[in-house]
Amino acid sequence: MGIDSAATTKVRGSLIAAAQGLALALLALTASIVLFVLTVVSLALIPIGVGVLTTPYLIDLVRAHATTRRKLAYAWSGVEIPVPYRRFPADLRTGFVGHVERLNLMLKDPATWRDLLWLLTDMTAGAVTAILAPGLLVEGLFGTVLFAGLWTVLGDWWYAFIPVQGWGTAFLASLLGLVWITLGLLFNPYLVRAHFAVAAASLSPTRKARLDARIDQLTESRHDAVDASAAELRRIERDLHDGAQARLVAMGMDLGTIEALVEKNPAKAKELLAQARQNSADALTELRDLVRGIHPPVLAERGLGDAVQALALRLPVPTEVAVALPGRLEAPVESAAYFAVSEVLTNAVKHADAERIWVDIEHRAGMLRIAVTDNGRGGADVSAGSGLRGVERRLGTFDGVLAVSSPAGGPTMVTMEIPCASS
Amino acid sequence: MRVLLAEDLFLLRDGLVRMLEAYDFEVVAAVETGPELTRAFAELEIDVAVCDVRLPPSHTDEGLQCALAARRARPGLPVLVLSQHVEQLYARELLADGNGGIGYLLKDRVFDAEQFIDAVRRVAAGGTAMDPQVIQQLLSRRQADRPVGGLTPRELEVLELMAQGRSNAAIAGQLFVTERAIAKHTSNIFAKLDLPVSDDDNRRVLAVLAYLDQGR
Repeated sequence: MGIDSAATTKVRGSLIAAAQGLALALLALTASIVLFVLTVVSLALIPIGVGVLTTPYLIDLVRAHATTRRKLAYAWSGVEIPVPYRRFPADLRTGFVGHVERLNLMLKDPATWRDLLWLLTDMTAGAVTAILAPGLLVEGLFGTVLFAGLWTVLGDWWYAFIPVQGWGTAFLASLLGLVWITLGLLFNPYLVRAHFAVAAASLSPTRKARLDARIDQLTESRHDAVDASAAELRRIERDLHDGAQARLVAMGMDLGTIEALVEKNPAKAKELLAQARQNSADALTELRDLVRGIHPPVLAERGLGDAVQALALRLPVPTEVAVALPGRLEAPVESAAYFAVSEVLTNAVKHADAERIWVDIEHRAGMLRIAVTDNGRGGADVSAGSGLRGVERRLGTFDGVLAVSSPAGGPTMVTMEIPCASS
Repeated sequence: MRVLLAEDLFLLRDGLVRMLEAYDFEVVAAVETGPELTRAFAELEIDVAVCDVRLPPSHTDEGLQCALAARRARPGLPVLVLSQHVEQLYARELLADGNGGIGYLLKDRVFDAEQFIDAVRRVAAGGTAMDPQVIQQLLSRRQADRPVGGLTPRELEVLELMAQGRSNAAIAGQLFVTERAIAKHTSNIFAKLDLPVSDDDNRRVLAVLAYLDQGR
């Protein structure tokens, strides 16, 4: 039974791979050839102007074609091929000028030229590896059919290196056919994988492109981090200036007056004393709130898990918190994760109209994963100027990512992942 | 009455010692770190301990952990925990053993010496003293949620004051009704929260616990 089902799985896998190989070969021999020819012609026509119009569209098509292959590589063989294209600046102009600018940027991007190189390898080596997968099975089948009597109809026929002229040679042909079929059954998935390996050789970003992209990303996230911390310091300064500091001044003034009044007018002095005490209590409350905004005490005392528990207890919506953390995390990550969760929870309470919220926090394989789910009305969007965009930026400083799934009508699930070590 | 004090800031420790001594408490030890507090709990014979949540050397929640450990070793050992901030999470942990003799207050409460000393005495006598802020946090959630165990607004009010550790007489004074009326309210609360018949102090703690638990 076990062996049987293993064999069935193997056969099914090889048949699927054969179909995939056929599809890939067709793509390589049609789309890749056509796009290559058109693009080369279009590039050649740039000097007389026509190419300027057509080339960006063709390069877009080539990129779409290449990206389809990247997706298939992952879906069919689990081969990851990252997208190497440089991003266009956000302030690209519109109209004809923008069109030319785009062309210019595309031609400067080495990924464009590597795409063209890929079209060439795809229509040759790529097509050959892909067609082998269905080819082995079909050719093998043909060999057995020859032996079944087809050779009498075809007359003299070369089957690979065997000249089929009679039942004996036809029998040899069927044996060879069985060898092809066996090879196909065993190696088809590897052939498809080999095809994608050929594609990856040109479609993956080069080391330099990867480093360039990383530098761009680091520059941007550093910029965000500096902006955020400057804004945070300004807010703290203002809060202290208008709050606790002002209250302490008032208190000192009251104490001075009390000193003067204590003998002349004890009743008035007592009244001012009460006022001074009230001022000191208010200053403490303000400082406490401020501290909570800078670094929540529970976070310092207990770490992320309990800090989120304590936060959940303060929410007006019943919230379940499940924590699976091995120990304390790095302090900056803890803090970033806490404020991210806090922002997401605030969003859920304010906008989602949820009746219940679930928070899951776990640390596995060097990655902190947090999921916040609510049963509210959904429709949350990172781009729609919500707090989520800020959360995404803040996590970006730690190479963390945020994903939102929020169909209209709910539920909303916000997932965050931050790479970090735990102690 | 013999008091053990744990507070790492010199100014506050000094002030607390002076205040406690002014009200005829005997401060048997005033320590400033977690390990010292653990040793003091083990070695000294005390009536009540007053300790800060955050203590050196780690500056995390060492004071709280020491207090919880001491109460595990000696159930019902009266401890009043002070902190710059109050959290329901900690309140629940302190009350979880249901033994009474527990207090949890903001440090600001020492401004009012009379009330603070009253809280220390209450805790030493086996009662509770929860900071009004813990209760308020719960109340603000309550409004969005359903009421606790079908309590009437008046019973809720009584429960809130009970949670702060007030006696029936004190609650009656604050709500301008007779002590008998409050007694009736409290027995209704006990019945509605399904609390077993036991001595009154213990039931009052359990009522607060039930109150906190329903805030989840």
